[in-house]
Amino acid sequence: MSKELIRLRDLIMEFDGERILDGINLYINDHEFLTLLGPSGCGKTTTLRIIGGFLTPTSGTVIFDGETINDVPPYKRQINTVFQRYALFPHLDVYDNIAFGLRVAKLPKQEIDARVKEMLEIVSLRGYENRHIDSLSGGQQQRVAIARALVNRPKVLLLDEPLGALDLRLRKDMQNELKRIQQALGITFIYVTHDQEEALSMSDTIVVMDKGRIQQIGKPEDIYNEPKNAFVADFIGESNILDGVMLEDYRVKFFDREFQCVDKGFAPNEPVDVVIRPEDVDIVPVREGHLVGKVTAITFKGLNYDIIVEFKGFKWLIQSTDYQAVGSTIGIRLNPEDIHIMHKSEYSGMFGDYSSYSAEYDELTEDAGDEKE
Amino acid sequence: MKKNNAVLLSTPYLIWMVLFTLIPLGVVVYYALTDPATGVFSLVNLRQLGMYLPVLWTSIVYSLVSALVCLILGYPVAYFIAHCGQTAQKFLYMLVMLPMCMSFLLRTLAWVGLLNDQGIINNLLVAFFDWLRSLGGVFAGIPEDFGRLTLIRTPGAVVLGMVYNYLPYMILPLYTTIVKIDHRLIEAAEDLGCNGVQTFRRVILPLSMPGILSGITMVFVPAVSTFYISQKMGSSNTVLIGDVIERQFKQGNNPNLGAALSIVLMILVFVCTGIMNRFGGDEEGSVMV
Amino acid sequence: MKRTNRFITILIFIFLYIPMAVLVVASFNTGKNITHFDGFTLQQYVKLFKDDGLLELLRNSLVVSILASLIATAFGTVAAIGINGLNPKLRKAAMSLTNIPMTNPDIVTGVSLSLLFVFVGSKLLGQRNSLTFWTLLIAHVTFNLPYVILNIMPKLKQMDESLTDAALDLGCTHVQAFFKVTIHEIMPGIISGAIMAFTMSLDDFVISYFVTGLDFVTLPVEIYSYTKKPIQPKIYAMFTLLFLLIFVLMVISNVIQLMGDKKRQVARGK
Repeated sequence: MSKELIRLRDLIMEFDGERILDGINLYINDHEFLTLLGPSGCGKTTTLRIIGGFLTPTSGTVIFDGETINDVPPYKRQINTVFQRYALFPHLDVYDNIAFGLRVAKLPKQEIDARVKEMLEIVSLRGYENRHIDSLSGGQQQRVAIARALVNRPKVLLLDEPLGALDLRLRKDMQNELKRIQQALGITFIYVTHDQEEALSMSDTIVVMDKGRIQQIGKPEDIYNEPKNAFVADFIGESNILDGVMLEDYRVKFFDREFQCVDKGFAPNEPVDVVIRPEDVDIVPVREGHLVGKVTAITFKGLNYDIIVEFKGFKWLIQSTDYQAVGSTIGIRLNPEDIHIMHKSEYSGMFGDYSSYSAEYDELTEDAGDEKE
Repeated sequence: MKKNNAVLLSTPYLIWMVLFTLIPLGVVVYYALTDPATGVFSLVNLRQLGMYLPVLWTSIVYSLVSALVCLILGYPVAYFIAHCGQTAQKFLYMLVMLPMCMSFLLRTLAWVGLLNDQGIINNLLVAFFDWLRSLGGVFAGIPEDFGRLTLIRTPGAVVLGMVYNYLPYMILPLYTTIVKIDHRLIEAAEDLGCNGVQTFRRVILPLSMPGILSGITMVFVPAVSTFYISQKMGSSNTVLIGDVIERQFKQGNNPNLGAALSIVLMILVFVCTGIMNRFGGDEEGSVMV
Repeated sequence: MKRTNRFITILIFIFLYIPMAVLVVASFNTGKNITHFDGFTLQQYVKLFKDDGLLELLRNSLVVSILASLIATAFGTVAAIGINGLNPKLRKAAMSLTNIPMTNPDIVTGVSLSLLFVFVGSKLLGQRNSLTFWTLLIAHVTFNLPYVILNIMPKLKQMDESLTDAALDLGCTHVQAFFKVTIHEIMPGIISGAIMAFTMSLDDFVISYFVTGLDFVTLPVEIYSYTKKPIQPKIYAMFTLLFLLIFVLMVISNVIQLMGDKKRQVARGK
């Protein structure tokens, strides 16, 4: 079992009276790939900068390997960072950028040379030693930034939206590459992103944040399958979120109909949020349906169709490989394991309604990631 | 950067600036409110200010006229430079800068030499008419010494001196503003049906407004406070506020009155730059040369 | 349109350079009168280098402007970094303070500093002659500082803040981070600020005129005092040499910049 490396206790951060972090409690294990995931302004970058030592929290403690490091400056921490937009030194070439930290530490020349060469090998940039930073592509700059941080053999690598500036294909390649490097070197990675797909595919643990608070911590599968509240359900993947009432264990009522489900432990007749993932809904002939609705829009997405179906004035998103004509009436079936029940939260009623659906929703959520904290 | 470091690094500078810009202004106020003879508090200097209102007015008129002439002459130059190739731009920019680095006293004296009654321009004119007369015929009637003009010691000479000295201060901010105008905006304007004049009036001119305002400020401020130009190129009718202040300190030996006049000048300049900043709103560009 | 502008531009450049041409021509004149060219000679240049008084004035001017611009550059660089790190309110206050000598007319700056020095010197310290080389130097540093700061501030703002963070992250202390990273990023600003401060200082007449004493006179102040007596043609020779010097310096710095740009473009492969 890996041991605990970093612990954040009751972190509060305020800028000019505005509360950016509101009581963050988190531990991070050695060798873990942990992702801080959330929309812009949620406090994820602030958390990362506190761990890196660039910010001192207003209150709370940062513990590294058993020691409080609140006031330890960044240059004395065994932590290195891959910055947003890389922050490569434009006056130095690739080699000098990577050797920077080792030179500051006054290592012997041969060792510096050996380690830089080794790093260039790892990030597949051999032969680029004397290239000017300006002459590199985004992906190559990214690799230099990673090499520059890792060459110092930190215990923890912080990555602040490292792939945000890359195009989609390159991003996918770098995701695999990062995961490979992390596993090969066995270093703890703390990764900040607003891209849920990136988080789901790379992380051992995901920390979903919003409004300066942690909304949920868990493995990617658990976060996706068992979201804790409407915010998480909506932010990770697509979700239809409905008002329901938990009649008793395993029995929930919504749309005036009782359904079997797999959740328990709620108070009798407790109002709840019901989450139904668009890909879990089965489209069936009208006679066989639990619910009957009318198709109001359909968009071809490549792998599947996004179908908007109206049930009693409430619009659902359903994903299916079969085409349904706009205006047609369809039935749907829900299996007990397709229905996920959540307690009501401050986010109830804010998400999960596709009444204002537009085909561009993907692009819209992606653009929102430009974080200014 | 940590807040403490920022304070630590900037404090010595702030102390220096308070010591050598704010406090001196306080001393000026102190002198302005002190009787020159007895050294006690008095309003005698302020009461005398009324006498100098016409001088102040002359100064404002001359410098405003100069600023406008600079704008009219400087805009086409700045526009032309901004639309040259990269290398040509750098070179022309340098040629505009260069006179600013050379002694402004000597350059003004050169104008005196040019404009004098026995100066270069007049000598050339007389030589020209002498040559015409030597041709004979209709020109034989030209009298001796014909063509001499009174150039120096006129209001025009003062404006010329101001325009000459401060024209670069107009061209440089105009150039920096015009060169930043995105060429696609001009194409967009043309695309939307503007002809050349309309494009200029509706797009280019409004976008060069920050440069125009800072150019006017940068010409007006030194022009309104100059004393050398008016002393060298002007007459007793073109005494400016700067002359008066200089005389109080260096000849008249009434620094108290000089201090009071300095305050008037300072207020005038601050009001003007305030107005300009309000219209322009671009503080960064207004101060950079 | 373009043709008209070109024509105006040429005329304006002639206008700007005619007086300088007059001075240059006058430096080769055998006669003393600037308005009349009697014959060609290099005598004035020989006389210039034999005139110890004139050379001393030039030396004084250079001493003050070099010292003042160096002090202001070092001091201003540190201050600019400090100001850049202040919170917005304090930063704005600091920048308004910086703008005072920029917006104030030179004559007001000169008068106010002179009154301060006289006030402190004669009333508080009991000096008889309170205007000295040191007051001149203080005045020059004061009006040079804003040029340095206003040249460096934009570079600091343009600079990616995470570069400093990256240096700290890689083991630099704040001081090391400044010398290894920040200074390279703002170097163009520091250089242009220093050059601007130097030329402003070298050519300053108005402020120097009010704050300098009799024991330390700079060239422009001396030239002003020639109002009564005619200018010696040696001065034109000095002007010509200074003009050549500044012209060559400017061309060199331009060429260096252009070559730097080209190199960068080649490196980018564009």
